Amino acid sequence: MATEFHNLQELRHSASLANKVFIQRDYSEGTTCKFQTKFPSELESRIERTLFEDTVKTLNNYYTEAEKIGGQSYLEGCLACATAYLIFLCMETRYEKVLKKIAKYIQEQNEKVYAPRGLLITDPIERGMRVIEISIYEDRGSSGSSSGSSSVSGSTAR
Amino acid sequence: MSAVMITRKVRKWEKLPGKNTFCCDGRVMMARQKGVFYLTLFLIVGTCSLFFAFECPYLALHLSPFIPVFAIVLFLFVMAMLLRTSFSDPGVLPRALQEEATFIEMEIEAANGNVPAGQRPPPRIRNVQINNQIVKLKYCYTCKIFRPPRASHCSICDNCVDRFDHHCPWVGNCVGKRNYRYFYLFTLSLSLLTIYIFTFDIVHVVMRSVDKGFLNTLKETPGTYPFKTALDGAGLCYDIESPVLVCFFTLWSVVGLTGFHTYLISLNQTTNEDIKGSWSGKNRVQNPYSHKNIFKNCCEVLCGPAYPSVLDRRGLQEDSPAPASTAAPNNSNNSSSSSPEPQAMKTTAPLIFNEHTPEDAKPSLGAPAQKSPSPKEEHPPPSKVPPLASPEPDVEASNIKDKSH
Repeated sequence: MATEFHNLQELRHSASLANKVFIQRDYSEGTTCKFQTKFPSELESRIERTLFEDTVKTLNNYYTEAEKIGGQSYLEGCLACATAYLIFLCMETRYEKVLKKIAKYIQEQNEKVYAPRGLLITDPIERGMRVIEISIYEDRGSSGSSSGSSSVSGSTAR
Repeated sequence: MSAVMITRKVRKWEKLPGKNTFCCDGRVMMARQKGVFYLTLFLIVGTCSLFFAFECPYLALHLSPFIPVFAIVLFLFVMAMLLRTSFSDPGVLPRALQEEATFIEMEIEAANGNVPAGQRPPPRIRNVQINNQIVKLKYCYTCKIFRPPRASHCSICDNCVDRFDHHCPWVGNCVGKRNYRYFYLFTLSLSLLTIYIFTFDIVHVVMRSVDKGFLNTLKETPGTYPFKTALDGAGLCYDIESPVLVCFFTLWSVVGLTGFHTYLISLNQTTNEDIKGSWSGKNRVQNPYSHKNIFKNCCEVLCGPAYPSVLDRRGLQEDSPAPASTAAPNNSNNSSSSSPEPQAMKTTAPLIFNEHTPEDAKPSLGAPAQKSPSPKEEHPPPSKVPPLASPEPDVEASNIKDKSH
């Protein structure tokens, strides 16, 4: 079974980083920000597929909401243009507001879902919105961890 | 014996790879060569100053005080757009950190299978289907990432830029996803300002000449001095055709550029794609990003969301010296582990063969400044590399050996 951690602090202090998985962008709908929901094989023993897919789908929904081109974005754009974009010095754009929501959501998911399973999600904005980085931790204390996947990505054909 | 590492906090912009210059503690981001940008500033400010000093008083008195007021508003808008284009992050994609680069390398190796020794591995390309169109994503050897669609590597700034349009020496920065609308508004408002100033130049000259006679008018209007000296040098006679001549050259470049970008926006294309002929219609290749509706395309480009910068320039990070062998193997804190990686990447990057073609960094051929015909390429890419899609096998093999552990 996966090693148990009770909270994020415990994870950071008592665990060692074993591996990292990178969820790539899904460009099938163009350049809008969307991540692939394909379940990586490295996480198979660590987390349920549905939980993972839920997280990625929720993130995708947030990004779609941020990049939506509709009435509100036109209004924001026209108002900003009329003020020579000086209004952005005092006002937060809609995208920035959604990014804050995303940061909060990821923090919450880490605390409730991922840290107890020895995983940690990094906010995509810290990786240039290219990937969702999921770090896989091993408990330093346990010597023969059965879920140990300390070998680098299992997809190499060697 | 314990090594004492004095770590201090630095802003992330100080450690960013690439050839940008930063000012105001990371708030301002520009390319390295700023000479042409200063020229642009000088030309715009200089011409407008002459207009305000010598012609506005007469026009305000004899025609309307709103003329200089509107000119001032337009001038301020042009300056705001210019500074916004020049100082903002065009949409630079940060380079991949060590683990991400390794992960991608592993995926590529797995996809390629076993390549016989001595044979060149296949080019690093990922195919993606967007709106029933196959788009090829190229691998960037400098940034160690597969470039997103429409991104391109600028060799002048040494960064991958999202929705790369072109590198504009006149604004001293790349034009990409984040600052394209400011660039477009700059050229548009500059065209309007140029037309406005020259119209009122002509009106001013005509009005005065009606009062006094034409040749005497030209002697008395210092605002036309630069034109006269330039034309003297060119050996042209300055009669009624000269303002029109200067007007023609200036407007041709600025208005032409605005027209060209209006055309690109209506088709939702970038200058880079237009130059390369990516969606020219050959082999039934069509632009998958276009909404097939001019209005929708314009709205997306000009009224789309204001994308945030993914380069955290002003964030703090630890400033550790060059990575010793004790670079924490059990480093469980990801956010502060960024300092050793760029150093490591800097040492390996020169070994990797740059794959981008010279066309990736064609500077703007138009000239948004005034009184000068459009220049040819002022800043050719520093290294003219043949467009090879894959590196030399020995270099790649040695790098993979470095990374595997």
